[in-house]
Amino acid sequence: MAQIKVNDLQKAFGDFVAVKGSTFTVEDGEFFVMLGPSGCGKTTTLRMIAGLELPTGGAIQLGGEDVTLKRAAQRDIAFVFQLFALYPHMNVRENIGFPLKCQNMPKAEIRRRVEEAARILRITDLLSCSVSGLSSGDRQRVALGRAIVRKPMAFMMDEPLGALDAEFRELMCNELRALHDRLQATTVYVTHDQLEAMAMADKIAVMNHGVIEQLGTPQEIYDRPATMFVADFIGSPPMNFLNFTQALKRGDRTTRLDGISVDVPEIHEDMSERAFTLGVRPEAVRIVSEGGLRGQVFGSEYLGTNQIVIVNTDHGRVKARIGSEQRVPDGGTVGLAFRPEKLSIFDKQSGRAVRTALHDGGIHG
Amino acid sequence: MSGLSTAHSVVEPSATSKRVAGALVIAYALITLIPLLWIVLTSFKTPPDSIAYPPKLMFQPSIEGYCNLFTTRTRQTPEYLAAMPPPTGYCDRAVRSRNMVIAGPSNVIPRFTNSIIIAFGSTFLAVFLGTLAAYAFSRFRIPLKDDLLFFILSTRMMPPIAVAIPIYLMYRELGLSDTLLGMILLYTAVNVSLAVWLLKGFIDEIPREYEEAAMIDGYTRLQAFTKIVLPQATTGIAATAIFCMIFAWNEYAFAVLLTSGEAQTMPPFIPFIIGEGGQDWPAVASATTLFLIPIVVFTVLLRKHLLRGITFGAVRK
Repeated sequence: MAQIKVNDLQKAFGDFVAVKGSTFTVEDGEFFVMLGPSGCGKTTTLRMIAGLELPTGGAIQLGGEDVTLKRAAQRDIAFVFQLFALYPHMNVRENIGFPLKCQNMPKAEIRRRVEEAARILRITDLLSCSVSGLSSGDRQRVALGRAIVRKPMAFMMDEPLGALDAEFRELMCNELRALHDRLQATTVYVTHDQLEAMAMADKIAVMNHGVIEQLGTPQEIYDRPATMFVADFIGSPPMNFLNFTQALKRGDRTTRLDGISVDVPEIHEDMSERAFTLGVRPEAVRIVSEGGLRGQVFGSEYLGTNQIVIVNTDHGRVKARIGSEQRVPDGGTVGLAFRPEKLSIFDKQSGRAVRTALHDGGIHG
Repeated sequence: MSGLSTAHSVVEPSATSKRVAGALVIAYALITLIPLLWIVLTSFKTPPDSIAYPPKLMFQPSIEGYCNLFTTRTRQTPEYLAAMPPPTGYCDRAVRSRNMVIAGPSNVIPRFTNSIIIAFGSTFLAVFLGTLAAYAFSRFRIPLKDDLLFFILSTRMMPPIAVAIPIYLMYRELGLSDTLLGMILLYTAVNVSLAVWLLKGFIDEIPREYEEAAMIDGYTRLQAFTKIVLPQATTGIAATAIFCMIFAWNEYAFAVLLTSGEAQTMPPFIPFIIGEGGQDWPAVASATTLFLIPIVVFTVLLRKHLLRGITFGAVRK
């Protein structure tokens, strides 16, 4: 296992720039997730690390060695594809053993390693089956088997759960993380599913338009989004955005939203008067009968332990996640109050988060 | 997509409509097979039977046509024939009964060999080059890719025979007229565009993850191509080979124009099998029958692939 260092990595396809200078480090044994909408450059970055695409700029180090221009086969990386890419003309045993056969390993050793991998993945009884008859979950296990049998320096996974149905996905999600913990394997995992990313990652890189918008642990990314894009992309329902215009001063602890004073984390930078956006997670909203930001209840979604209440205000629609025992009448006028320590402020123009006490302990670009 | 397929009616056809469809298919098959059947029957007739009027459906079968096809014969006087030792075989006897003796073998075997060498050679070359080109077009970013593909296709936009005269002159200059190499190159040139387009379709359908997985697992691009892509593409390669083979095997116009002796193929040879006192129809028919056999065998061997091949791409898995 090894550390992966990516420095100012770039990739252009003709005029289209897919990756605009990514820099990050995946520590040895880390489960690193690249998260973003489709076309954000996450898969291209992964493919460059694996050697399936050559970068147009930057460098990649694997275990301290520069592999930027090396062929995929020379990098000692295993890759798990979304559509499994199992060879249909081989059975399960041959599929798992294929990478070892490529390395001309002795037959007995291949047999031993294939059986070991199969045992870890609990597919020993499938070894002599043809891959075409397998369920998608089993296919994915075979694909994982083909990756782990090599004991590579690192695993690359390109939406490996994307082709599974929801039920299987959750199961495989847990299995994958357990497998990672067991093998202590450096893993780079690409997905567009924030739940998968939050559930599995040690560290997440959120990408958009070829740029890494934020790099951090799932909790950092959720609690202290560095940009409006990240705030919007992570969380379901996503963060509420409320616009206001004023100047911000270092040390401020309140902002004004249409004459209503809203407590916010202490502001740590001075900014001239301009449009800002207050970011509020649905669970940071409380519904109060008196005061607060007034609005009319539009409807609610009952989710068992809690409910999502949708309130129309002058600042747009706000979703609040509150306990399901609180009764909120449809169409009634209510007040919204916010938990100050959970609020983010963004510069509306650039989308960048304004530095506040929220960021203490976390550093964001 | 399987969930959406129910949007179309998938009602099992009724027994009656199945029977009607079956009858139509059989009728059509008979209509197309009758000329072939007639040729095969004619090949087993004697020359007088073959031109009898009204045509004979029932006759005493004979392989005189095949005897005549494989031999050249000369006419002799009855006295000369009487002085000869007794005939040694069926053909000898049949020929002597027409007051002739076998003078030697005919050209049919060398012509047939030419046909086989040219058809297989050009099919192999066209499919080989076509597979490599199709793979490149399918997988790599090639400058002017679309223009190149269109250019390759455009070579099929006129009948090949339209360039017969320039090719004739060119071949004469290059010394390729009436050579096996010349014919192989010509048929390859005609077929390669078809091969590129057909095979590109097949290779496009093979997920590139297969090769990428293999390359990550330790194969070079070439190994991934030969060990992963080729086995997956056998269907397409077989279908393409049949199409190329049929063209090269049956091609008549260029063969007439460019071959006369050494490299002559069967199609120009067959019509000129002339017997004494007119066309020797049983010999022509037996040549045609023999000529059909290789392509039928080739097609039957690969027919599974052919059927999948021509419907490939139309139906997604």
